[in-house]
Amino acid sequence: MNPLELARAEPGPAFTVTLDGRQIEALPGQTVAAALWTAGVTSWRGTRGEGRPRGLFCGIGVCFDCLVTVNDRPNQRACLLPLRPGDRIRTQEGTGHDE
Amino acid sequence: MVGAACALYAARAGLDVIVVDRGPVAGGTTGAGEGNLLVSDKEPGPELDLALLSGRLWTELAEELGELIEYERKGGLVVASTPDGLDALEKLATGQRTAGVDAMRVAAEQLHDLEPHLAPGLAGGVLYPEDAQVMPTLAAAHLVRASGARLLTGATVTEVPRDRAGTVRGVRTDRGDIDAPYVVNAAGTWGRELAALAGASLPVLPRRGFVLVTEPLPRLVRHKVYAADYVADVASDSAALQTSPVVEGTAAGPVLVGASRERVGFDRSLSLPALRALAAGATRLFPFLERVRAMRTYLGFRPYMPDHLPAIGPDLRVPGLFHACGHEGAGIGLSTGTGQLIAQVLTGGTPELALAPFRPDRFPDPEEAV
Amino acid sequence: MSEPTLAVIGAGPAGLAAALAAAARGIHVVLVDSVPAAGGQFYRQPATGLGARRPQALHHQWHTWERLRDGLDGHVRAGRVRHLTDHHVWLVERRGAAGFSVHALLGAEQEEPAEVRADAVLLATGGYEKVLPFPGWTLPGVVTAGGAQAMLKGGLVLPGRTVVVAGTGPLLLPVAAGLATAGATVAALVDSADPTGFVRRSRALAAQPGKVAEGALYAGQLARHRVRTLLHHTVVEAHGTERLEAVTVAALDRDGRVRPDTRRRLDCDTLAVGHGMLPHTDLADALGCRIDGTDVYADDEQRTDVPGVWAAGETTGIGGSALALAEGHIAGRSIAARLAGREPDPRGWAAAARTRKRLRAFFAAVDSVYAPPAHWAEQVTDETVVCRCEEVSAGAVREAVRELGAGDLRTVKLLTRAGMGWCQGRMCGPGVAGVAGCAETAVRRPFARPVPLGVLARAGENESR
Repeated sequence: MNPLELARAEPGPAFTVTLDGRQIEALPGQTVAAALWTAGVTSWRGTRGEGRPRGLFCGIGVCFDCLVTVNDRPNQRACLLPLRPGDRIRTQEGTGHDE
Repeated sequence: MVGAACALYAARAGLDVIVVDRGPVAGGTTGAGEGNLLVSDKEPGPELDLALLSGRLWTELAEELGELIEYERKGGLVVASTPDGLDALEKLATGQRTAGVDAMRVAAEQLHDLEPHLAPGLAGGVLYPEDAQVMPTLAAAHLVRASGARLLTGATVTEVPRDRAGTVRGVRTDRGDIDAPYVVNAAGTWGRELAALAGASLPVLPRRGFVLVTEPLPRLVRHKVYAADYVADVASDSAALQTSPVVEGTAAGPVLVGASRERVGFDRSLSLPALRALAAGATRLFPFLERVRAMRTYLGFRPYMPDHLPAIGPDLRVPGLFHACGHEGAGIGLSTGTGQLIAQVLTGGTPELALAPFRPDRFPDPEEAV
Repeated sequence: MSEPTLAVIGAGPAGLAAALAAAARGIHVVLVDSVPAAGGQFYRQPATGLGARRPQALHHQWHTWERLRDGLDGHVRAGRVRHLTDHHVWLVERRGAAGFSVHALLGAEQEEPAEVRADAVLLATGGYEKVLPFPGWTLPGVVTAGGAQAMLKGGLVLPGRTVVVAGTGPLLLPVAAGLATAGATVAALVDSADPTGFVRRSRALAAQPGKVAEGALYAGQLARHRVRTLLHHTVVEAHGTERLEAVTVAALDRDGRVRPDTRRRLDCDTLAVGHGMLPHTDLADALGCRIDGTDVYADDEQRTDVPGVWAAGETTGIGGSALALAEGHIAGRSIAARLAGREPDPRGWAAAARTRKRLRAFFAAVDSVYAPPAHWAEQVTDETVVCRCEEVSAGAVREAVRELGAGDLRTVKLLTRAGMGWCQGRMCGPGVAGVAGCAETAVRRPFARPVPLGVLARAGENESR
């Protein structure tokens, strides 16, 4: 059993996005976090201070732990942002802003 | 902050000091400020002299506590948008130089060497390398700690008992009495109430100011950058909302955006017009801030006196009572000099600045005062 | 003069019930919500693109949802309700005689503004999960229990293969049951409370046959998936370097202290953890509404103490979806009467008021049972990061208290930066307070969400009704 089967999901055709250049499959409607989880990725940010790995925590947009850079826009919440075909996800380090 | 500095210098002058606060350390205006140590916004005169003295003392303290209190001599850059504005700014700088301030003219084409992300088209500016910053709450806490003074927080002064001759004998608090021959009123914006408990009038009034705090950024703003009209606002007597953009990066990451001033009493409600004006001013100076997010805002009440000068020194109406309050938006910066002067007069010495302009009783007593 | 407009902030059970009650009585409702589909956290819907034909497999009380959804659809079609999806409200502004302005940011990017004017506002902003810190809680793979559930309901994804569900509170049981049903291996359900005694004894529970049935349903699901339940246990530490590999759990003694001899390690790639819920109060606070402890104050009609502002659901106190529905319904009827210039008649909502009274009593009893271990802060080592955003350690918080005289949450924040980061202390507030040994006081957050300075600079220029 998996959640898609449980909910009898018939998603539209999967599309491709990239994480740090690597190709990843995503389903229509999935958020960045959902697609990364499906791909077995649990962290996509390094903290500002210690550079520690972080990923999703609260899952509802409150904690800001899942911040990620998508299409060169830093500090997007992976748990909220739906993916579109061709989106470029980048692991975010530090503040996410260039010097 | 002023109380902490008074405690430090008084203790170092050999006095036994107790710091009493009805809240926590830095619970009033200190915790709601940016921690400016500025000479740039002060016109030549007693306040600038106090700022210069304070700046020297901060430099000394920085050697001892610099990292703990996040002391940073980032320098102030005042910019003018028009040639007229630049002329006025240069005139102010000339006077300040005579008083001993380091003020360097910056031509329009050099502005971006100092601040690469500054808006184009500005007329020029003046750089003040002495302008610095501390993290005010850390500064207050560490100065109290370094003073070795006893700290009594969460204790409200309810009375200032006096003997038959009218001399103060200490303070009565809701957590007990403290006997002391000298009481220093460093209650900031609430200094009027404390003075009244001792039977003295002191016209300290609140002036509300908001600060915006952005998301953490790399060091995209290097100095404290503000528009020339800030100086005029600081000295203004108007009760209406005034905002002039003051933008600075911090070591911790966020950019701070000030400074609004309004006389609305102790009203703590959020004012969108004030915040809107702050944001508009900041994005005019630094266009990249348009897309940068404000994470929070906080407000504070600056202790404001009718002539914009603090009250420092003995109150001749009430023997044993000293005042060290009413520094408006400059209390963090001016605290060290104030503490030093208070310590000097408490120990019977000659203060190194003339206290006459800061005399607490320089204002006429209101009719109803005893 | 057009008909009066009510802005409802939040399309969960409370907001929906209020919107339906008000719209049915002639009020023009603008329903402002942050996600693409109504339902809130409780009835969170799978993303449309996923084509879920049986979303009810992830939900309970689906019939109630169908009633709400159909009611909303009807009012939207009739033009009585305008449903603004993907609107993230950052401020509700009081404009005196002009009513209120609701300031929002559009879409997940939250860069473009939208503004709505209204004559009255209902705050139905729900709640979020409270999580207390422990060593290792910042590792990837440690998620909130509600977060795991939200990702399952909304994205149809699981956080990992082997999950430990831990903490305390009534949410853990449905989360564990949901994850197990959806195919995860739930290695253990770890609750620091022991609700079994409560279940046997409680008069409050006896008055809630629905709750008994619900509990039995979840328990049955857990039994079917052979999920081990460890009551009066706690997670002591999460292990791993780059991500979660295992947790150590231990039993608690009668005083709520860890019994070291009972420590054992459970391998897992996910820990779903939660210690109860907290209301979202930011919008209410910025409006100047009274906050009692952690909850927005509301009277019998669900009015706050600010004229024109009502509140319902978790924002007035955590109590679940059925309570939110009752409160929302009462609020909607009160608003409809008052906006029409009439004194409302409480007899009209007597049934909802009885439900409200019963459920509040029930959740007060629930609260007394589900409590974090009394001495949880002792397990937080000095090295443990308590403020996730600013990476402030428990040691730094303790030093601020011990060396610098901090005795309250605000001073701790100013001295350590704990609570100054992106989440503004929403996540770390209870943890920092516990480690510092000070009261969990309400923190002012004037912006409910970060707002671009460019948007702030032009706030008020994009108004619609």
